[in-house]
Amino acid sequence: MNREIIVNSAYIAASILFIIGLKMLGRQATARKGNLLSGLGMLLAIVVTLLDRQVIEYTWIVVGLVAGSVIGVACARLVKMTTMPEMVALLNGFGGLASLIVGTAEYFRIRGGTVTTENPMFTSSVIFLTILIGGITFTGSMLAFGKLAEWLSGRPTLFRGQHIVNSLLVVLTLGAGVAFVLSGDPESRLIAVGVFTVVSLVLGWTLVMPIGGGDMPVVISLLNSLSGLAACAAGFVIGNNVLVVAGCLVGTSGVILTIIMCKAMNRSLGNVLFSGFGAAPAPDAAPTPGAMTGELKPISPEDTFSVLEAARQVVIIPGYGMAVSQAQHAVRELAELLEQNGAEVRFAIHPVAGRMPGHMNVLLAEANVPYEQLVEMDAVNPVMSSMDVAIVIGANDVVNPAAANDPTSPIHGMPIIKAHEARTVICLKRGKGTGFSGLENQLFLLPHTRMLYGDAKNSLQGVAAEFKSLAAS
Amino acid sequence: MDLILLFFIFTLAAFLGFELIAKVPSQLHTPLMSGSNAISGITIVGALIAAGADDGSWITTVLGTAAVTLAMINVVGGYLVTDRMLGMFKKKDTAAKKTEETSS
Repeated sequence: MNREIIVNSAYIAASILFIIGLKMLGRQATARKGNLLSGLGMLLAIVVTLLDRQVIEYTWIVVGLVAGSVIGVACARLVKMTTMPEMVALLNGFGGLASLIVGTAEYFRIRGGTVTTENPMFTSSVIFLTILIGGITFTGSMLAFGKLAEWLSGRPTLFRGQHIVNSLLVVLTLGAGVAFVLSGDPESRLIAVGVFTVVSLVLGWTLVMPIGGGDMPVVISLLNSLSGLAACAAGFVIGNNVLVVAGCLVGTSGVILTIIMCKAMNRSLGNVLFSGFGAAPAPDAAPTPGAMTGELKPISPEDTFSVLEAARQVVIIPGYGMAVSQAQHAVRELAELLEQNGAEVRFAIHPVAGRMPGHMNVLLAEANVPYEQLVEMDAVNPVMSSMDVAIVIGANDVVNPAAANDPTSPIHGMPIIKAHEARTVICLKRGKGTGFSGLENQLFLLPHTRMLYGDAKNSLQGVAAEFKSLAAS
Repeated sequence: MDLILLFFIFTLAAFLGFELIAKVPSQLHTPLMSGSNAISGITIVGALIAAGADDGSWITTVLGTAAVTLAMINVVGGYLVTDRMLGMFKKKDTAAKKTEETSS
């Protein structure tokens, strides 16, 4: 059997493993096995590529494989669950950069004459696309990483004429791309590659710049999709099926997640990407008469304990604040104490709570909260009025009733967890500041809402201590 | 490779992707994302070919090696971290057991 057939059969097998793996990743019971299968597919694809007749020199491959593995293992082992969004952003960026480099390397091989293409214009077009998508993915992910890790301000950054600058950059890239595809002159082609490589890198940065921290779930999903599409485009460059299939699968799954995230905020993708949402707390937006009256009523951990001690139905609504104060273990401890006290405890998770899709689920899973206890927004809202207490931990916009009843609110129409329908609401909050959207939260002003100020972890431990001293006495 | 065939595969894969992911519980969004992120490291196949081609050009070798390293970080890091995350998703009884172990 010739080598070509072996390699291609193995690529088909790898594609099947990716497909089955992704399918299994979608169900709780099979997810881990699915990830393993997909990993086996990757291993198969890597091993068999080493047999490819184009691969004749192994020294540098081994260097790259070993270095990458060591760094990869170290990252995966050392990363804290609270910093998972940063990790995903970083890995996305590396994938995008790798695709960009593959595209560039292929260009140099064609330029050097070691590779000939049947259809030079098509190959040039997909090289351009690979570099463009890979470049945007790389710098976009790095900026997202910087914002998530708070090395850079998480606030959206806007400057005058931003849209014009971005439009000019897009025109410049496309112009260089067209020149690259159409020109036959090697020197002008080299310049064109240089231009669109640099511009696509700049573009990734300027596109993510105006997007704020609270919109990160959308950005991360979108960048995930782009990293797949970059690999897919690279597949067209080297004419490789497995890259096209796998890259395309990732691309579409990322698109679906992006759509889910946008729907969960009732905003269009265009609005998320270009509006600079949350840049300023819209000072000219006059508060709706009557809607914002009321005062913030603080509560102490001791009084919180008294309220919770009498509660039979408790729902806990975590938000990004829980991740910031690393309060997930303290939350789980309190939930257990409440259950020992005879209460039924649920965790209600909003799809965009946190900084990436499913962020809260990961944190609570880390703290050993069984996943049966986690309920989705649509499941908890109908029973919210029968809840004795809703504990909101560092969540803000996702529980703001203005989204439902104030048509002038910028977040109007966003589906929320209806914490305000619970009999008593206790909100844990660091200070009196507003949430990501810059909006004052009506929930905090309601007559049956109490504010438990301070670091969420300390507050929760304070309440838990009251329960323990009760049990001890 | 026939271009039309590649586009054909691309189109089918896109529809397949939508079908596969459409109904994933929000519970699993993060593992799905990091797991699919690891798959996007498939670009390593292109990187390996570039790094191993040995066509007398140091540029290709340098670029290829860099791409292999980056893609390998993506692949290894992505799969391992997804596995680590999924290992934490537990049902009630096993979760309780784990808690007892850690607290005792």
